[in-house]
Amino acid sequence: MINALGKDLLALEPLTTQQIQLILDTAEPFKEISERAIKKVPALRGQTIVNLFFEASTRTRISFEFAEKRLSADTVNVAASGSSVSKGETLVDTARNLEAMRIDMVVIRHGASGAAQFLAERIESSVINAGDGTHEHPTQGLLDLLTLRDHFKTLAGRRVCICGDVLHSRVARSNIWGLRKMGVEVAVCGPRSLLPTAIEELGVIVFDRIEAAIEWADALNILRLQLERMTAGYIPSAREYNRVFGVSRERLERAPRDLLIMHPGPMNRGVEIDSDVADGPHSVILHQVTNGVAVRMAVLYLLAGGRPELAGAAKGGR
Amino acid sequence: MARKKKEVLDARAVERTLKRMADEITELNHGTDNLIIVGIQRRGVQLATRLVGIIDEREKATVRRGSLDITLYRDDLQTVGPRPVVGPTDLPWNLDGMNVVIVDDVLYTGRTIRAALDELTDFGRAARISLAVLVDRGGRELPIHADIVGKTIDVGDDERIDVLVEELDGRDAVVVVAREDAE
Repeated sequence: MINALGKDLLALEPLTTQQIQLILDTAEPFKEISERAIKKVPALRGQTIVNLFFEASTRTRISFEFAEKRLSADTVNVAASGSSVSKGETLVDTARNLEAMRIDMVVIRHGASGAAQFLAERIESSVINAGDGTHEHPTQGLLDLLTLRDHFKTLAGRRVCICGDVLHSRVARSNIWGLRKMGVEVAVCGPRSLLPTAIEELGVIVFDRIEAAIEWADALNILRLQLERMTAGYIPSAREYNRVFGVSRERLERAPRDLLIMHPGPMNRGVEIDSDVADGPHSVILHQVTNGVAVRMAVLYLLAGGRPELAGAAKGGR
Repeated sequence: MARKKKEVLDARAVERTLKRMADEITELNHGTDNLIIVGIQRRGVQLATRLVGIIDEREKATVRRGSLDITLYRDDLQTVGPRPVVGPTDLPWNLDGMNVVIVDDVLYTGRTIRAALDELTDFGRAARISLAVLVDRGGRELPIHADIVGKTIDVGDDERIDVLVEELDGRDAVVVVAREDAE
């Protein structure tokens, strides 16, 4: 094994509790770097990283880019439109061409589940999954864990309910794996048409009513309701969804305790989450974004370099 | 094979040495104005705290104490791989015009101090940066020297110097240990 995480970060499902713990612990000191006047350390100097985004993304792509730059890596962004991908080049050919230019890591976002793993098995560079289809979005899962840990100090025994379109959500899947491994009790809540069948097999509780979820949980992770789902017939309308499943202040006020409110973004205000909840005192949505940079720095740092065969020569220096 | 262990400084000697170093720090910096004492993770941090305590008491001052983790500034990250745990850096001041004293337990190759100087530069342009170490064991690989030295100890490459501090190790001492081959 090259380092504590291996070559790639493709999903949270195969990670051990210790590996997740290591990433979260490593992220702690990286928070401070973003608070400095000069937000940069030389840890990844000379490493070349390609951000290969086949799907639209603002938050995740910029977060990765900041993380890379604050570690002094050299970065190149490739978007599907405007590149040779739009001319019909295959994913592997694109990546092999990039690799021929001597890169060290690829951060990939792709619409097909399994795309990151497919790539990781075919190139030598480290691959970080920045979201693949409806499979996983591991760094989002990790930043959600870090945000929860910041607020609750310990994770084990806490109760988190993931609300909304779990069926199509890679964020939900990464959250479920990550939270379960850290000993958190997990529930999901949403219309049955947007919950995977047999979701209980992942060890989660299912709530059909948002009121019941709010009564049970310590924190809600509210997923974005992708508006294109309406045309596909999963739900009748955004208004009706808001009336039945929307997280509103009135609903939260009936809860026995204050709930931490999380959302991976981008939000549909007035659909899955009301504005006074998103901007309310218990919302940590922007804290999640801040933590995203620290977590991604930790992942990049842990995957970078590490050639143990050269270690002997460098040992013993103080 | 039995491992040789030799205690070079005991707790009282460490205490005495730190008091002298504290005086030398204030002398070198002409008092405590604009003085910031920065300990290097890990044992430099405890030593810096002690020095600040002594200076505060003697000079009736409140000297600022920071800490620095140089892991991300190392020159061997690519060869040895990332250290699993990076310690916290706590330096919430602009260093422009400040008198900064770096505190570390042992000065050996000088590579840690090289990294620390690089990192400090990112926090501002100090008026002066000086270096105080509890033990100078020789063996430099870079043109770096300490301004204030607690004790100079000549040891071979096959020996290691361990500085023990009460906060982490239960007692204060400086010990010379035979280095294991695997180390």
